[in-house]
Amino acid sequence: MTRLKRSVLPGFGLTFGLTLAYLSIVVLIPLSTVFLKSAGMGPADFARVAFSERAVAAYRLSFGAALAAAAVNAVFGMLVAWVLVRYRFVGRRFVSAIVDLPFALPTAVAGIALTALWATDGWIGQYLAPLGIKVAYTSLGVTIALVFVGLPFVVRSVEPVLEDVGRDLEEAAASLGAGRFTIFRRVILPAIGPALLTGFALAFARGVGEYGSVIFIAGNLPYKTEIAPLLIVTQLEQYDYAGATAIATVMLLLAFAMLLAVNLLQVWRRRRMER
Amino acid sequence: MTRAALIAAALAFLGLFVLMPFVAVFVEAFRQGVPTFLSALAEPDAMAAMRLTLLVAAISVPANIVFGIVAAWCITKFEFRGKGLLITLIDLPFSVSPVVAGLIYVLLFGINGWFGPWLQANGVEIIFAVPGIVLATIFVTFPFVARELIPLMAEQGRDDEEAAISLGATGWQTFWHVTLPNIRWGLLYGVLLCNARAMGEFGAVSVVSGHIRGLTNTMPLHVEILYTEYNFVGAFAVASLLAVLALVTLVVKTLLEWRYGDQIQGIGH
Repeated sequence: MTRLKRSVLPGFGLTFGLTLAYLSIVVLIPLSTVFLKSAGMGPADFARVAFSERAVAAYRLSFGAALAAAAVNAVFGMLVAWVLVRYRFVGRRFVSAIVDLPFALPTAVAGIALTALWATDGWIGQYLAPLGIKVAYTSLGVTIALVFVGLPFVVRSVEPVLEDVGRDLEEAAASLGAGRFTIFRRVILPAIGPALLTGFALAFARGVGEYGSVIFIAGNLPYKTEIAPLLIVTQLEQYDYAGATAIATVMLLLAFAMLLAVNLLQVWRRRRMER
Repeated sequence: MTRAALIAAALAFLGLFVLMPFVAVFVEAFRQGVPTFLSALAEPDAMAAMRLTLLVAAISVPANIVFGIVAAWCITKFEFRGKGLLITLIDLPFSVSPVVAGLIYVLLFGINGWFGPWLQANGVEIIFAVPGIVLATIFVTFPFVARELIPLMAEQGRDDEEAAISLGATGWQTFWHVTLPNIRWGLLYGVLLCNARAMGEFGAVSVVSGHIRGLTNTMPLHVEILYTEYNFVGAFAVASLLAVLALVTLVVKTLLEWRYGDQIQGIGH
């Protein structure tokens, strides 16, 4: 890593050194412990704990609920972004601020509040219980918590792109006789597609690792309503460091894969913009 | 009326899934009246949790402010190979599950961790003590300031600073009198989000804290303890303070975006 072009500004050595040192001490060295400990376990032992029946059930719930929540958010996040960008109405700024609430509200607070709403004696749950619909302490509850935390990712990804999609294209399509649905499917969706996918991927990645907002509403029964991050905590509490680390490794690898996917999506978007 | 129907659908969704949980916090907190609410907050363990949360934020936020400015200066004022990789690595903590963020410090400093035996022999406590909570908080809030400043300073370029240097200003003078005034609103924006996360972090802190009442319980952890003890009013009372913090954060954030939108990049933009 050398300087390619001389800058007259001072401080390259100092700031580069400090950045690298702080990054290494706070992030890189601590993160490497997970992989080093996993590598020390041997492949057979690692696979046995990382893919135990209980761990696989937890991944299935975490990934499944995160996927379902990201899908819900893709649809409704796009709707919210559309309404915020295309329509002017009283209280629009207020609505826009509310979208960021899940970013600002601490996850534990969201968790107990969601449980108060969706438990069988809760605000909303009491009306669903007679219909035989149980939300809290089921995988449906996990999904609802992940819808809450994931929504801003989709809205904030789609919004700026939607602002850039000119209405002239839509008007041209309409003047050529395209119906509303056709315009949406053939003009708008292709334009915001990559941004929507980015938002979906970010919401999914956040959902898989989410802990605080989920554990109160999840029920936390092994094999049934136990999310992967909770299994890590449980195993740590039982001093099963190897088990916790193996599951953490699987989750970190998935997180890195998602990070790569999001970066590739952004490269794709930039290429499309340049065309 | 497609327009009215779409607006109604979006508002209904936001109301049900986002606004209602927020409202529920306050309603549940005041369920048994104001005196019960106040006595829940005045309880010694709750006060200790508030003090610890303020202390943790007071250490971790400034640490990440300094890092964020240093990293942004390095990345935006110079050209070097591997810059893209460096930016990705700075963003990394956002992709890591909070629980894993706590776990890595247990693997480093816990009793069975790399430095565990040495720390124990020398009587230094990190895990199940305040230093561990601070470290985990620094990890999860690591990218906020840098991420806000990097695109902002990249857009502003180097011309102002180069002019100051060529007129004989030192590096420090250039930073204090040229760069800092240019980035102040963006910096405030990053600090605001960093602070909200630092005070509200739950998962990472939960793993390293040990949950010792009055000693290593931050406010979000205290909420959990009260809730699992079925002290719902107490849990929601402490939670309502955190919800007020979220509200203040959102109001200031919206004001900043409204007033200084051109001088803020905004996370996720």
